[in-house]
Order: sequence, then C-alpha cells, then structure tokens
Amino acid sequence: MSLLVRLRALVALAVLVVVFSYLTPAFLTQGNLVMLAKHVALNAILALGMTFVVLSGGIDLSVGSIAGLAGMTAGWLLHDGLVLRPLGVVVYFSAPAVIGIGLLVGLAVGALNGLLVVRARVAPFIATLGTLYVARGAALLISGGATFPNLVGRADLGNTGFTLLGTGTLLKLPAPIWMMAALGMAFAFVAGRTPFGRRVYAVGDNERAAALVGIRVARVKLAVYMMSGFCAALTGLIIAAQLQAAHPATGATFELSAIAAVVLGGTSLSGGRGSVGGTLVGAFVIGVLNDGLVLLGVSEFWQIVIKGVVIVAAVVVDQLASRPGTGAVPGRQR
Amino acid sequence: MDVVLRAEAIGKVYGGIVALDDVDFDIERGRVAVLIGENGAGKTTLIRILAGVEPPTRGRLLLDGRPVRFDSPRAAAAAGIAIIHQELSLFPDLTVAENVFAGCEPRRLGVVADRARAERETRAVLERLEQPIDPRARCGGLPLGQQQIVEIARALTREARVLIMDEPTSALSSAEVTALFRLIRELRARGTAIVYVSHRLEELMEIGDRLTVLRDGRRVAVAEAADASVGWIVEQMIGRSVAATAGRPAPAAGEPLLGVEGLSLRREDGRPLLDDVSLGVAAGEVVGLYGLMGAGRTELLECLAGARTPSAGAIRLRGEAIERLDLPARLNRGVFLVPEDRQGAGIFPSLSVAHNMTLASLRAHVRRFALSPVAERETVARMASELAIASATPEIRIGALSGGNQQKVVIARALLTRPRVLLLDEPTRGIDVGAKAELRALVRRLAEGGVGIVFVSSDLEEVVGVADRIVVLSNGRVTGRFASSEASHEELVAAAALGHGRTAGKDAA
Repeated sequence: MSLLVRLRALVALAVLVVVFSYLTPAFLTQGNLVMLAKHVALNAILALGMTFVVLSGGIDLSVGSIAGLAGMTAGWLLHDGLVLRPLGVVVYFSAPAVIGIGLLVGLAVGALNGLLVVRARVAPFIATLGTLYVARGAALLISGGATFPNLVGRADLGNTGFTLLGTGTLLKLPAPIWMMAALGMAFAFVAGRTPFGRRVYAVGDNERAAALVGIRVARVKLAVYMMSGFCAALTGLIIAAQLQAAHPATGATFELSAIAAVVLGGTSLSGGRGSVGGTLVGAFVIGVLNDGLVLLGVSEFWQIVIKGVVIVAAVVVDQLASRPGTGAVPGRQR
Repeated sequence: MDVVLRAEAIGKVYGGIVALDDVDFDIERGRVAVLIGENGAGKTTLIRILAGVEPPTRGRLLLDGRPVRFDSPRAAAAAGIAIIHQELSLFPDLTVAENVFAGCEPRRLGVVADRARAERETRAVLERLEQPIDPRARCGGLPLGQQQIVEIARALTREARVLIMDEPTSALSSAEVTALFRLIRELRARGTAIVYVSHRLEELMEIGDRLTVLRDGRRVAVAEAADASVGWIVEQMIGRSVAATAGRPAPAAGEPLLGVEGLSLRREDGRPLLDDVSLGVAAGEVVGLYGLMGAGRTELLECLAGARTPSAGAIRLRGEAIERLDLPARLNRGVFLVPEDRQGAGIFPSLSVAHNMTLASLRAHVRRFALSPVAERETVARMASELAIASATPEIRIGALSGGNQQKVVIARALLTRPRVLLLDEPTRGIDVGAKAELRALVRRLAEGGVGIVFVSSDLEEVVGVADRIVVLSNGRVTGRFASSEASHEELVAAAALGHGRTAGKDAA
C-alpha cells in the first residue's frame, strides 16, 4: 500500500499511457513517443530547476522570462554580434561561447532572485514576480521587440552549430531528450546523494532548525535560484535552436507548466518534501495528457479544463496521503 | 464565602501525560485567588480550562453553583470570565483601541464600528491604569511592558466577573506593577473575583488573599495569604523543607573549555535580556542553568551557540575568541546547541529519522563524492542502540516518534558532530519519565567522556541531580552560583525569584 502511495504519480502515468494506447492506435508509435518526449523535455528541464527551489520552500515565477531572455541574448550575439563602437569592430562568438553566455545570463538572473530573497528578504513569490517582468522587458529591449531570424550562423564568421542544441540527434534521439535525461540523473543524484541536496530538503522543511545545525541557509537558497535560472536559460536556448530564431515572447507562462509538473510529481509547495524523479514523472503526465487529448481530437478548450482538474486532484491525493501520523514519507521515490 | 467559579476534581491528560490530577480550586467574589507552582506544575493548564481554552479530561466547573461547560473562550467570556494571557495575544498591526475592543467593537446602528467611542473608552481604562498610551498607536510599536498593559486593559473593558491573570507582571517595571496592583485592589473592592498567577513570591504575598499550591499537577496545599510565609510556600512547591540532595563529589577539574565574560544582550526597546553574565565550563563538567521562564537562559545559550549576537561580552573556546564567529563556524569548533523548542527548531518533521540524525555530520558520511547510504545506516544503527532510540525503522518520518525518541534523535545528531561543548536547553521538557531518566544518565556519561555541558532546566530536582555546578539566572542576571552538592532547593528558588539584586550564593564559580 505505502509503495503504491509513493509511486502514485508513476501509476497515474502508466494508467494514462494504457488508456490512450487503447483509445487511439496513433499514440503508442515510435514517432509519436519521440515527439512527445521532445516536447516534454522543455517543460521537464524548467521543472527540474524549479524542483530544488520548491524543495527549499520557495518558488520561481521568473523561469519563463529567463528562457526568453537567454534565447534573445543568443539570437542577438549570433545575428548582430557584439558591436564595440569605439573600436569600430563587431565581435562574433562561436556557438559554444554563445551558449555559455546565454547560460550565464540565466545564472545571473537566478542570483538576483536569490539575493532578493536572502538579502532583501523579499518573499520568493514577489521577488521572482518582479524578475519575471524585468527579464521579459529586457528580452524585448534587446531587439526593440523584433525577432532574430535565421540563427544557423555563417561559416565565415565561425558561429555555426548553435541550432544543433535543438535539432541535433544522437542514436536517433533529439538532443533535448538527452539533455533532459542527463540533467534528470544529475539532479536526482544531487538531491538524494549529496550533502547539498540534503540541506535543500532541510531548509525547506524547517528553516530555523536548519540554521541551528550549521547549514548556511542563505547560500543554499542562492544556489537553488541559480540552478533554476540555469535550467530556464538552457530551455530558452534549446527553443531558439529548434526554431532557428529567437522571439522575445518565448517562454511566457512556462513557469505555470513547470510548477504543475513539480506539484504533480509529489513535491510539496511548502517545501521539504518531494523528489526529482517525481518531477520528471509529473512532466510526462502533463505531456502525455496533452499529446493523447490532441490525438483523440478533444477540443483544445476542454484540454485546458482537464489539465487544471488533474493538477488539483493530484494535490488532493497528496494531502490525503501525507496526513500527519501515517508515518509514510511521501514523494520520496527514487 | 461567596464562590463565583469553582473547579471540582479537574483532571487533564495530554497524550498520556497527566498535567492535572483531581484539582479543586475556588474563586471567590472580591478576593484574589493565587496559584503557585514550579514550571510544569499545571498552573497554566488549569487557567486554560477555567477560561474555556481547553476542556478538562475529568471533573467539572460550577458557576454560581450550577455546572457549566465552556466549549470555547467565547463561551467563557459570555459567562463573564476574562483572561490575560502570559504570552501576549495582541494584533501587532492594529491600534491600541482596536486591540482593546477586538471581537466586541462598539457599533453604531449595529453595523458600523464606532471608532471614536472605542478610543474614548480605551483612553478611560488606560487612565485608570495611569498609563499615558495613545489609543491610536500601533500596538506592535509599543514597548513590551505597554503591550502588556494593553492586554490588561482589554480584559478590564469586558466588565468581567472573574478576571484571570497569568503572569501579568513578567514584562512590567515596578511602577507599572504598582499601578496594576492598585487597580486589582480597586476591582476587588468592587467584587470582581481575581485569579492571579506569578512566580514572584513577594508579589503573591502582597496581592493575594488565598494561596493554592500546585505540584506535579496536584493541589498540595491551600492557605490564607495572611497565614503563609515565603519559606512555607517554597516548601510546599518543592515538596520538602530542606533539600536532601544526592551530593555529587566535585569532579577533577578538567581543562577549561568555554569562558564567558560580561555577556549582555539588549532587546530592541533597550531592556536587557542578559546583563553582564559571566560563566565558565570545563571539560567533563555539567553546569546547570536554573531560572524561571524569561530569565534569559535560552537567550544565553543562543548567544553562546552563535544564533544571536550579544551587544557586549567575550566568549572563548579553549582560549580562542569565538564571539565574532557565526554559528556554523562555532559548530565546526565543537559548540552545539540543542534548542528548547524541539518542534519548531529541533526536528525536521518531514524528514526521516535517519536523515534527521545525520544532518549536522553529512561530510563524515561522504564516500567518493557522494553520501554513502551504507555509512549512514551504520551510524544510525549505532546511535539508535547507544541511545536506545525506539523507532520501527530509520526510514519513517521523525514526526511519528514519541517526544522522548525525537529528542534522542536530536541529541544523536549533536553527538555525531563530536561536540566539545554541548548546550542543552530544557532537553527533558515534554518527554516521559523513562526517557527523562535515560537522558539524564546520558548527560552524565557524556561529561565523564570529557564533554563540557551546559544544562538548562526548570526542574529543580533535575538540575541538582545532573549538574556539578548550578548558575541561577533571574531577569538576565546571574543571581546565584552553587556547587550542586551544597545547594538547597530553597536557596535556588530564592535566587531564581530575585528581582534585580545582589548575587546570593556560596562559592563564586
């Protein structure tokens, strides 16, 4: 019984897969599953970073905007280059350098979130709501609202290859799926097997007690927001690479899907309880639901309603399962 | 005798622990009924039952001779019973007048709050208390003493027949106490029945009419205040006239570990929480820290551990000045605090027993870049058998354990950091008798192993039984230093009840 409770997100996923396979033959085909996973990867990478923030007792609403800003930064550097007027030169960076700079932007905004939370003591919801607007505005300012088209790069400038981030394949699987898998394993390891991971849980569960056992709470919080910013930037870069264009509105409302995946995966929004594996399962539940409902031809509007119902139902199940006194430690599946 | 409210054979059990057992208590019209007892004797529990905050497990309440049941504080209030809580229950962001009338605001036409009238009546009550507090001031911005006055004013406006005061003077200056006492006498003359709880014995003798002493949840004595003496009260509180202490031979003086000099800590409003406290702890020594609630014991430990920054004073660990180091740095040097508030600051309720235990010593469980589940399991098994922790498996949530076992896990966590100085703040509070005895034995064992221990307890017997030396705090000052083999309970209680006073004691430690 307790095992069933612990694996309930996985059970829900299995049920969805079985139901959709039964209802539509198009679901359980290799082509469909790869496409599904490719879509899921974007939300999953965002949600993996979000998981640590939520485990620490916080929330990060700025991830969608960070994704947009990172994509626009990359688009700008690839398309226009860095114009150094006083020197009269334009610097073009190689694709790996552009990706690196994009990720640094994510880390920087994440650090800003973290500092607002730990230094200025702004509630995470408000701090990241602020950076949601600021980062989105910055993304629009870069191009004056325009899209950077054609990010394939030019061989004579030595900046080709960026698009491989989104369109490259290995063993027939698209790069985003590999990145999701690699990040998922790395983060699961961090959460379950490193002192840092343990401290994140501790801070989220009881901040006062965490400080008394010698945990530097501020550092832990700063780190989780930076991790989230990194994941968000990576997502933005992947999207720009897939589209071979950077659009300043990319990522709007992505934060909501990411939070939904985290919650569906059994992570408590009050912190201290949850798991990285759960988040991946949660992201897949959302992905399978999207994909299956489309294949079934369910109205787009009903799809939205159903997603909302599923998210709330998952949390209700969580509440029932984790009533105090049951002794179970939910959301701890590895 | 004109009894307004009578408690008859009241019993109260909290999760298997008996807080009150067969207690009778009469509250008479126009008299001040005083409740006395050590911390944990059951005073607050009895008051909470009288005020309808909690139902009794057994027994009944009689109002004017008729049985009543109060299902809520509101029901008790409707019957004319008002209470002034020990912990302030004000709304910090509301004004003084809004606080005074919270829940029963005067209204115009039955709907609109009549702010002018509320402010007028508040001002009138505060004038009776001789307090020039502005009814429009925000409560959270007032000094603590004035907040307490507001709390008192609130109870006064309810025109109560029975007014219960739980340690109303703990934050008041002596002038404020004088005004309060004048008011109590005035109310008494008008026929209000008053229940008064305090630790300050002199105060009780001054204001009380009838004294009821509680000990371990039982009523052990009742007397008219006129017939009682301070000595008699102490005797009743602790259960015998002269302490028959199990004298402990003074230990061979170990190497001095911790030295505290001139430690002071101020509250935001400038009142001292700790005032020039000096203290030494040697290896292998248990220093008992005794005092009443609010004496500054917890604050002292927090300053030593680095959880608070004192305003003045030096702290040395084996000669090294550590007062500028933060908590993690002190922890690395071997100073570990086990906090008083186990639920709020000790345990991680959602984490498993195992994860709770190893949290402060994670680095010692890393093998090749990762936490080793094998190493953790070994540690947990070893500590569980060493401290006799009863837990079905180490994987269950710590919240599922009993208080005693939770505390053992918290102490195991501390021991895994190999502490040199262990600061234990009321480690036996709220745990069962068996676990208490085990914890005391453990503390002695640790001391024999060379750890220096500061042991805070409100339980006199425990302090005397466990500690080698006892330091008594009162109002943030050291008011007594005793070798535990020479300390009598009477002297300890007297030192703890001292206001700001001289050092009473035998050997200066």
